[in-house]
Amino acid sequence: MTAATAKKKGKTWINVRRRWQLYLFLLVPVVWVLIFAYYPMLGVQIAFKNYMPRQGIWGSKWAGFVHFRTFFTSYYFSRTVGNTIRLSLYHLAVNFPLSIIFALMINIIENPWLKKRVQTIVYVPHFISTVVLVGMLTQIMNPVSGLYGTIYRVFNPGAYPTDILSKATPFIHFYVWTGIWQNLGWNTIIYMAALTGVDPELHEAAQIDGATRLKRMIHIDLPTILPTASIVLILNSGSIMNVGFEKAYLMQNNINVVYSEVISTYVYKVGLTGATNQFSYAAAVGLFNNVINGILLLIVNGVSGKLSEGANSLF
Amino acid sequence: MAQTIANGKKVNKIKNPAEDRVLYAVVGVILTLFILCILYPVIFIISASFSEGTEVQLGHVYLLPVKPTLDGYKAVFSHKNVLTGFRNTFFYTFAGTAINVVITLLCAYPLSRRDLPFRGFFTFLFVFTMFFSGGLIPSYLLVSKLKMINTVWALLLPGAMSVYNMIIARSFFVNTVPLELLEAAEIDGCSDARYFFNILLPLSQAVIAVISLYYAVAHWNAYFSALIYLRDPNLQPLQLILRNILLATRVSLSEFEDPDLMEGKIGLEFLLKYALIVVSCGPIIALYPFVQKFFMKGVMLGSVKG
Repeated sequence: MTAATAKKKGKTWINVRRRWQLYLFLLVPVVWVLIFAYYPMLGVQIAFKNYMPRQGIWGSKWAGFVHFRTFFTSYYFSRTVGNTIRLSLYHLAVNFPLSIIFALMINIIENPWLKKRVQTIVYVPHFISTVVLVGMLTQIMNPVSGLYGTIYRVFNPGAYPTDILSKATPFIHFYVWTGIWQNLGWNTIIYMAALTGVDPELHEAAQIDGATRLKRMIHIDLPTILPTASIVLILNSGSIMNVGFEKAYLMQNNINVVYSEVISTYVYKVGLTGATNQFSYAAAVGLFNNVINGILLLIVNGVSGKLSEGANSLF
Repeated sequence: MAQTIANGKKVNKIKNPAEDRVLYAVVGVILTLFILCILYPVIFIISASFSEGTEVQLGHVYLLPVKPTLDGYKAVFSHKNVLTGFRNTFFYTFAGTAINVVITLLCAYPLSRRDLPFRGFFTFLFVFTMFFSGGLIPSYLLVSKLKMINTVWALLLPGAMSVYNMIIARSFFVNTVPLELLEAAEIDGCSDARYFFNILLPLSQAVIAVISLYYAVAHWNAYFSALIYLRDPNLQPLQLILRNILLATRVSLSEFEDPDLMEGKIGLEFLLKYALIVVSCGPIIALYPFVQKFFMKGVMLGSVKG
């Protein structure tokens, strides 16, 4: 060790001592993150073991990659991974362009009072819980008492539609479009923020030159939000393998399970329900998913960081 | 711009060309349709909850309540589990948010200080958990090992902090509170802890409001942790009880405190479900217009790097 580094090292420790109060602040959060985030990470070894409740995670015997092989060769692999990716891509393909168009449309409203009211209304569904959303869906889609049955009878008097929620194929459309209903408005906030940064003089100048509002929307507003949009797109594609448990599980039934079984619901079902708790197998499936999610997020974060020169990267 | 007043005189307004009026009309129609798509199901559910059970069951409700009654709400408030669920959810929301906010601020403050030795290491320690986690099974086994299954702690401690919200708070401290304040305070001999309590906190009310609301809404709407950790119906939050009622096909009379009151009411299960949806969303929707600006502020803060 050279004298310079030794001196620097000594200085660091002096600084550590001087900042002891800051470390006292950090104590509780660090203990929390070690227990509730890092200890379970050590627990992923269960995926490589044959878990026996009596021996615990650490005492159980190693099994190698058996559980991963079982998953990869079972037909649940293509089903769960396929459904997960299908739901994500469908949602992304609809949600991404629509939220840009929607933001541009709200931005056109010139009356500030009206604009604010419109924003207030379209944000509301974001705060409805998943349980309530799915509950609303099942009530409204009820062929007899629901809105769906009522409207159906306006066009076909006296007839009753079939129960659309008990069919398999509509599931994916219901899943995606209820998501649009709930979050389209909310997703425009980030674009509205970018749009407030547009210099009004730019619009005035274009207007004097005879540009219509549509032209100004395409040549002024759209380019303004494109950088934000590219970041949003990149970040969203990082969660393609990450379909949340809640909605898929709530909307699931015996018939649509072919399309609604995603990785997270599968892990829950094999791991925590049913007679035989297959902890090790479920943990292996979960670990496979987490590793892919982590890698995707890292790639995406790196790419978006490069594009925006660090301004939108998490680190 | 055209409406600005210059020297007390109205500046001449640039006339909207015809194409613009077409565009405004098209956008107006589309936005109106979308707003109707949002409002109509909501209005339908509210109306159905106030209607008579038979009418709801036969699908006679279109827009306004048919033969208005309060039967649905009577059913909700005499249902055994619903009141317990409400009480539990209030507890989880208040206690959970309090724990969340305290731990988040304790973490965000030191990490916002550029002069904290090993700041990069500690930041990484937290941010890494956003990219990788142990997953459901190891977390479940940990909670069960800590003997927290079927206790309120299972809903309060494992999710005691969201790293995302911590970064929002840290960014706020870094970007909005001037560094000169810290320097001045240090020259005056103010300790790091005192700076936090006496200077930083009073200046950070906006971000505290933002993260409190984020946490509170998350607690109010959460059901997954309760689904896996809580079997005791006396501890279950409203969302889990809602799920059991909303997804059940029929309602048994024994679920009510006074079964006779509900006896013979046709379509009661529909009314109960509609009224439950209204009652469970009520507090959040009623509060929402007043706190809307904080939520939007949070989205902005979240997109700024600290």
